[in-house]
Amino acid sequence: MRAVTVVGASLAGLSAARALRRQGYDGRLAIVGDEHHRPYDRPPLSKEFLAGEISEAALALEAEGEELRADWLLGATAVGLDRRDRSVRLADGRTVRSDGVVIATGAAARTLPGAAGLAGVHVLRTLDDARALRQDLLLGGRLVVIGGGFIGAEVAATAHGLGLDVTVVEAAPTPLAGPLGGTMAAAVAALHADHGVRLLCGVGVAALSGGRRVDAVVLDDGRQLPADTVVVGVGVRPRVEWLAGSGVALRDGVECDAKGGTSIPGVVAVGDCAAWYDPTAGAHRRVEHWTAARERPATAVAALLSGGLATPEPPRPPYFWSDQYGVRIQFAGHAGGADSVTVEEGDPADRSFVAVYRCGGRPVAVLGMDRTRPFTRWRRQLADSAATPAAGAP
Amino acid sequence: MIPVCRLADLPRGEAFRLETVPPVAVFHTDEGELFAIDDTCTHQDASLSDGWLEGCEVECPLHASKFDLRTGAVDAPPARLPVRTHQVLVEDGMVYVLLCDTPPPLPPCAAARVVGAAE
Repeated sequence: MRAVTVVGASLAGLSAARALRRQGYDGRLAIVGDEHHRPYDRPPLSKEFLAGEISEAALALEAEGEELRADWLLGATAVGLDRRDRSVRLADGRTVRSDGVVIATGAAARTLPGAAGLAGVHVLRTLDDARALRQDLLLGGRLVVIGGGFIGAEVAATAHGLGLDVTVVEAAPTPLAGPLGGTMAAAVAALHADHGVRLLCGVGVAALSGGRRVDAVVLDDGRQLPADTVVVGVGVRPRVEWLAGSGVALRDGVECDAKGGTSIPGVVAVGDCAAWYDPTAGAHRRVEHWTAARERPATAVAALLSGGLATPEPPRPPYFWSDQYGVRIQFAGHAGGADSVTVEEGDPADRSFVAVYRCGGRPVAVLGMDRTRPFTRWRRQLADSAATPAAGAP
Repeated sequence: MIPVCRLADLPRGEAFRLETVPPVAVFHTDEGELFAIDDTCTHQDASLSDGWLEGCEVECPLHASKFDLRTGAVDAPPARLPVRTHQVLVEDGMVYVLLCDTPPPLPPCAAARVVGAAE
């Protein structure tokens, strides 16, 4: 393999480029990124960066003096992939031909219909989004956050810390019930009320009102929430539209095998846009976690360089964290299959505890609030138990 | 030389947090080696002695930065600055560390606290 193109210049793309060099790939390397920025860390965008505690320079992901010997094509959007010669077509008319392609185009924030062109309405995904939102938060006033998921909750907590009057609107009966399960999701959502942030659940948004700038959020039940700024945090969609017609099989994201291989030889996919086959679930799953974007590219690159022959280590159970109102929330595993949840230490009422999710007595997930050390122990146990067959299994 | 704990009280795979300013983490690896590094992650305020120890590497318990216990180097982001390493000695079943004397690269929030504590 003499030329590889990595499409996507965020954590997954950078991790793929690093893995290529670490695994001895010595050929040409092109990294295509549609943002103008060098790779930067996104998690702080809703927390420390939005709060103004850290600078843009602190977001950089590349180490000082790091040299990947890559051609960086930044501000360049990929618009097509030709399977015959694996050439990537860019919006400015250029094409980049290579022997191997790593798809790492990530995900884009979902928006609400009717929100376009209304000042004061934001999504939060990129550094430019965060800069714009921060400008508006500094004006103070009333913030309405649409969506009580992790991004929404973190923005609410940060804005509360900046002194804004904050309301969170969530369409489901409890936010985060999907990833955390109902009981524990309620314990996490209670952080809002602890800090005087209103959480309205089970109600949808009918419209955003305002002339040039938003002035209210209109709910399904007719209520109007006055707003100076609105953040829409209603999830993401994988950025794969540029692959339409390329022959790369798509489902919710790029359909991949358990090593990141796509339906086209010499093309792998990593990060938020990739739905890898998960043998334990017997299904394809898109994992939107930071840790997956960092860890999985090494597996995909090994498969790419070996023509799919390398045997990867099984991925660790998914892990993510969230910081809200100064509380550290950590989660590992999959809550979906659990039939019981037990608080192992601490007390949800104190917002400091570890809870273990089990399926047939076997731990499948762990949630921690401000209990870092025992959480890590359980997380390890989860990984060990995932690596060994179930007790009592045939 | 600062006494840490009895070697018998630090089993393999475990870590001890030494409450110096700034704190130091002493690790006993699964292979039986002892290492000491700064306990505070250089990315954000987190205690590396609470982290995931594997081989000669520790993963920060919060944001999963990885540090090489032998050199203090960053093996995986988001951290970009290394941690300091300190010398470990065992005498008569007691573990000691000899602190290195270069200034520590700490994350901004932890650094502010250390300065505050010294005042």
